[in-house]
Amino acid sequence: MARLMLRSSQFRHEREESWKALEEIVGRIERRGIRSLSANEALHLPGLYRSVLSSLSVAREISLDRNLLEFLESLSARAYFCVYGVRSRFWQALSAFFGRGFPAAVWGARYHVLVAFLCLLAGAVTGYVLTIRNPEWFYAFVSEAMASGRTPASTTDALRETLYGGGQAASDGLAAFASFLFGHNARIGMLAFALGFAFGVPVILLLFYNGAVLGAFTGLFASRGLGVDIWAWLLIHGTTELFAVVLCGAAGLMLGSALAFPGRSTRLANLAHSGRQASRIVMGAVAMFFIAGLLEGFGRQMITDPVYRYAVGGGAFVWWLLYFRLRGAGGTDGE
Amino acid sequence: MASSAETAAPGAGETSGTRNLLTPEGVPVRVRLADRGERAAALIIDLLIVFASIIGLGLACIFILSGAISGHATLAVFLLISFLIRSFYFIFFELHWEGRTPGKRVLGLRVIDRSGARLRADAIFARNLMREVEVFIPVSLLLSAGTLGVGGWGKLLTIVWISVLVLLPFFNRDRLRAGDIVGGTWVISMPKNVLSQDISDAPARTDDAAAVTDAGHRFTLSQLDAYGIYELQTLETALRNTGPSAEQLHAEIAARVAAKIRWPDVVPPEAARHFLTDYYTALRSHLEARALFGERRADKHDGAPPEQ
Repeated sequence: MARLMLRSSQFRHEREESWKALEEIVGRIERRGIRSLSANEALHLPGLYRSVLSSLSVAREISLDRNLLEFLESLSARAYFCVYGVRSRFWQALSAFFGRGFPAAVWGARYHVLVAFLCLLAGAVTGYVLTIRNPEWFYAFVSEAMASGRTPASTTDALRETLYGGGQAASDGLAAFASFLFGHNARIGMLAFALGFAFGVPVILLLFYNGAVLGAFTGLFASRGLGVDIWAWLLIHGTTELFAVVLCGAAGLMLGSALAFPGRSTRLANLAHSGRQASRIVMGAVAMFFIAGLLEGFGRQMITDPVYRYAVGGGAFVWWLLYFRLRGAGGTDGE
Repeated sequence: MASSAETAAPGAGETSGTRNLLTPEGVPVRVRLADRGERAAALIIDLLIVFASIIGLGLACIFILSGAISGHATLAVFLLISFLIRSFYFIFFELHWEGRTPGKRVLGLRVIDRSGARLRADAIFARNLMREVEVFIPVSLLLSAGTLGVGGWGKLLTIVWISVLVLLPFFNRDRLRAGDIVGGTWVISMPKNVLSQDISDAPARTDDAAAVTDAGHRFTLSQLDAYGIYELQTLETALRNTGPSAEQLHAEIAARVAAKIRWPDVVPPEAARHFLTDYYTALRSHLEARALFGERRADKHDGAPPEQ
């Protein structure tokens, strides 16, 4: 018996085959990636995608079949993400990131970087001055675990030994040390960024506190006449590491100021924009922490002459400045 | 460019759980925001994978590596790789699988850019770096009962602040967590809907055809005006139900429909499905025709049916 076919069913009969073909391709991309397609299928994908979108807009008007509508909605969305999905290759993305994205983000945030640096500096000066005047202050800034025996109670020789000794004996532990330092510092850096969400206040405290620890240590050594040596010991990796700390702090401050002062766009839009810029800085800083970890774990134990330590640390500092200035300045797209 | 999503939302036809993405082709595509429960489940799966792989790595280091290289080197390898797993698990998978981690894949979830544009790497970085305060600090606070080096009030403040972060998805319509806010992302649910047979042209009378001598039911216009789109689609769902109690369900619905439209005959239970299928087809044809003229009747209460 011939029944009258609904207009919407007729429509479905005409197009169904191309939907099924697209569903097959999309399912495969979702499971195994875009590269699992044959050349022919890849060629057909955009056409099938456009035809399902047009089917969707027709179906919304003429069909009341819920199953069909839901199928087309979901298939269109899935196909949309296949056609306009992430398509960059890993190594390509990496070189673009370090070639342009990271330094541009840092350069764009240079005033935040300056503020973060001043916070760290203020902490360092405070810790240094207080410890020089009265070594008891040392204990206020540095926990026992962190000091690991380097306290005002130690003899000057023992302190000197921590700066230069242990190179041979502990050479086996260097890798473990470097790896631990890297993980620890990178996590602190990420934390500094994330804490920016509390209007940046904890970031300032974190920077100031880290600066104070630094100041207390150098103050202690300086009070024993080891000032030149402690700075050499610190700065060989410290220029890179502290730079990274300051960058992470700057990223946190960016987030905090976007939250507090949204400016012309909405708070949500502004946060999303600053958040992405700031997160680039943090990811780059993680790489800097890795380099710093290597310098600290290996470089410092192998290079014991203060002159060379200064040279390596200073060279690294100049290199980072040039890198951010030359690769980062000019244009703020940072794609 | 980046702020287009915030100015565009929410558009026409969006309900509380769905959002429209405007494709470059000009057709808006509807996506459904993921439930908080689904997201929590996905997170738990991912965290279990992270912890399990770190434990597995530790065991591998102890039993395999430590035999080959020195203890310190083993420790170095362990520290480095466990840091990478912990900090980059989410970033790696969301980059590699276009916004999906294994947990999200199991639950059918996906991260997308709120503007509908390509999900970029920095959005993924941003949303996952925030996990440091959203997930890892609360967890370690719970485990260590707070050793952040702050006093009583500071601790209280920290706990309040962290609760704000953790509960953030409950306080906004888009169910954004802090990472989504900072990254400019949504998490959506993407079920794979299957295209079933069209009920209106299904060979519905394979088995119950014999029982029915009358080839088809005919309905008057006033009988078709009894219901709207909502009822039509509810009926569709019921007709797609082929479970064990489907027959009884269909008989009940057929009786209610027959009463409502004042169907002159009694619908026997074995012909219920046939009757409903015919009524569905007729009703859909009627409503679709009216929709073409711009009269979409949402449900049976929508607009008085025209007088006969």
